[in-house]
Amino acid sequence: MSVQIVTANRLRDGAVVYLTATQHWSEEFAASAVFRDDAAAQLALDGAGAAVKARLVVGPYLAEAKETAEGLQPINARERIRASRQPTITVDAGSWTGRIAG
Amino acid sequence: MAILKRGALQPNDWLTVADDQPLPEGKAAVVSLDRWLKERETLIGRNAPIGVRLRSDQSPMAIAEDLERLALIVLEFPKFTDGRGYSHARALRQRLGYQGELRAAGNVLRDQYLFMDRCGIDSVEIADEAKAAGFLESLGEFSIWYQPAADARPTVLQLRHGKGADAAGGSSVLRESVAASWAY
Amino acid sequence: MYRYDEFDATFVAERVKQFRDQVARRLAGELTEDEFRPLRLQNGLYLQLHAYMLRIAIPYGSLSSKQLRKLAFIARRYDKGFGHFTTRQNIQFNWPQLDEIPDILAHLAEVEMHAIQTSGNCIRNVTADHFAGVAPDEIEDPRIWAEIIRQWSTLHPEFAFLPRKFKIAVTGASHDRAAVKFHDIGLKMARNEAGEIGFEVIVGGGMGRTPAIGPTIRGFLPKQHLLSYLEAILRVYNLLGRRDNLYKSRIKILVASTGTAEFARLVEEEWARIRDGVLTLPREEVERIERYFNPPAYEKLPVFSPELETAKRGDAAFARWVRTNTHPHKVDGYSIVTVSLKPEGGAPGDASADQMDLIADLADEYSFREVRVTHHQNLVLPNVRKQDLYALWQRLAAVRLAQPNVGFLTDIIACPGLDYCNLANARSIPIAQRIQRRFNDFQRLEEIGELRLNISGCINACGHHHAGNIGILGVDKQGEEFYQITLGGSSKDDSSIGKIVGPAFAIDQVADAVETIVDVYLEKRLSAEERFLETYRRVGLDPFKEKLYGNPQARRPAAE
Repeated sequence: MSVQIVTANRLRDGAVVYLTATQHWSEEFAASAVFRDDAAAQLALDGAGAAVKARLVVGPYLAEAKETAEGLQPINARERIRASRQPTITVDAGSWTGRIAG
Repeated sequence: MAILKRGALQPNDWLTVADDQPLPEGKAAVVSLDRWLKERETLIGRNAPIGVRLRSDQSPMAIAEDLERLALIVLEFPKFTDGRGYSHARALRQRLGYQGELRAAGNVLRDQYLFMDRCGIDSVEIADEAKAAGFLESLGEFSIWYQPAADARPTVLQLRHGKGADAAGGSSVLRESVAASWAY
Repeated sequence: MYRYDEFDATFVAERVKQFRDQVARRLAGELTEDEFRPLRLQNGLYLQLHAYMLRIAIPYGSLSSKQLRKLAFIARRYDKGFGHFTTRQNIQFNWPQLDEIPDILAHLAEVEMHAIQTSGNCIRNVTADHFAGVAPDEIEDPRIWAEIIRQWSTLHPEFAFLPRKFKIAVTGASHDRAAVKFHDIGLKMARNEAGEIGFEVIVGGGMGRTPAIGPTIRGFLPKQHLLSYLEAILRVYNLLGRRDNLYKSRIKILVASTGTAEFARLVEEEWARIRDGVLTLPREEVERIERYFNPPAYEKLPVFSPELETAKRGDAAFARWVRTNTHPHKVDGYSIVTVSLKPEGGAPGDASADQMDLIADLADEYSFREVRVTHHQNLVLPNVRKQDLYALWQRLAAVRLAQPNVGFLTDIIACPGLDYCNLANARSIPIAQRIQRRFNDFQRLEEIGELRLNISGCINACGHHHAGNIGILGVDKQGEEFYQITLGGSSKDDSSIGKIVGPAFAIDQVADAVETIVDVYLEKRLSAEERFLETYRRVGLDPFKEKLYGNPQARRPAAE
């Protein structure tokens, strides 16, 4: 079932964050507050303006997600990658030192 | 709407008059370019200072013949990202030799003020008087100028080669020595 | 290399202070994001998928070992230990924090570097031939002029808010290695009939949604008029470029819609008003800058190096690397070395902090402390004695920087793609990795020969896929990643834009598709001397289409 969540980037470090049911901003996709109708989603997005004004986040927007047996899932490649908070690639450890992997 | 001019906040002596409104008697008035072109003779005959307001998509060439009659030209910056006004300002100052007051209005922010000043703009309309101090501070953020513009600031080139401020300004004639140095 | 004088140093320090203040005002809420965005972009700071991204300017790709070490330091201290070299000779860091940016800029200023105007609707980093100063086919060193343009364009008050970004490239050789025809302004140094050196001026090339090869608007511009002429072009663009539609606001659209002849006339008309004024370059300033690019203290060496020849005979892998990764140098006994940043399993163009430090050491020891960044996302050690090549190669090989693939299929140019970039539709690095894995046999690579493969994760084309012999463009189909392949692009003197070969492929099919394309080429080529591009131009798209998509009764492609 397709639902909506509110997501943004944290102002200070640019990290991906999600609006939770308790009006906080979490780095965990799974902690997203879920909105099942457009009106509620829009209201939440408008409310996120306060977090923008308070210099917590920038650029909040509504993203689609789907509810599955395994829980809330991102709806497309972009949101999947954002939710993982890192690139998808692993780099041959032989080439690098100190490279991000997991 | 306050005016920032020559380092200080000043009252706005000019009234911007809409196209369909009568001009106030004996008062300094600014009209749109469209109105100027339509009612030019009447406006020239006026017994009070007259100014023209240009949109960013309107060329100053349209008033090139009338510059001596215009005590004020206002350049609109509808969005601060619309940079046409900077070219218009330089054209007015350097190509056309405009000597009157050149003012920026619209979405004018502190971080563009120095660029405006360098392009020959004398004054800016600012929405929030409290920001005036920030505007003035911004003029002091740099002391190094890499390229000539419409101001008198000496460029790095001039300082490097000891020419100082005397050769500043946009349209001075090529020095013979420079031309000679390029003889192939 | 250019060195800052007191004026340059003061300027950069003032810029750092200004941005520090702007960041503080942003964090204090005095600037909204809309107001802050153009300011941070003009200091190279993007907000990307996972974090901020800082793009640092490497003017015309020129780096000293000291500067490279500082980049390594920044990678370690403020980032995750690596950086990415870009198709415009810059470097990007993917994980800096906003409140640390002013400190990063302060560190950069210590080594005469900055991030000024690497983004935003202003004049960007001026790029140049990465073999400048050392290539045998050079007419004149383009870096001198790139430096002059760099200074003139820095905080130019009239051109800080152009309709869109503006990219200038300069080449000084008979072979264009700077892709000048794909830039907003391309400058090609050339001699006129009288033997004088000046610039051919090309305007309106570009990548993106509507790729274009720039037409020449002036065949010969004498050097002293360079800045006044550029100012005329920029002024015409600033005034007439479209501001109503983001996708139609580059100068290439203006040139195309106005027509080349009329556009040139507008420029010449404006130029006539300002030429021979204060923008005329004083010869003394040109000479001052020229002195920074004087050649280093080369030794007098014979063109033939017995040590090199012996080493090649004794080590086939080394001999291969010499064939593929070195280029003739204009000075006898020297060689230009390309350090491949395209190892199998790596991310194209990335270098770790340790690798940067090593390359800096090698530059000190073998290359007069100089390093270059190429727009193919590799590094160059421009001044290596032939007799030192073997020792150098061994040290590069030890850290997997000696892949003998320069100019070949796995010397892939790729944008960061959806793994990093907010604008992307699809990932590009995994595609590059799959292709590199498939083609990891160096002998096979050499047999295939010169073949440029470019990958862009979206239509903005930062991977320059339009100019790839094989181009790959990531597209979004219902939220999933697909890849469209183009053939026949070229960024060299024979510039051309690639043609789409057919429907897009799924991520798992791309390496197969590339292999099929290579097989068709190998089958159709007249000889090993006929490069991929030449074969393609001779046989056209159809043989490739047929093998990739078959006939309607046979294999169906992945998407529609």
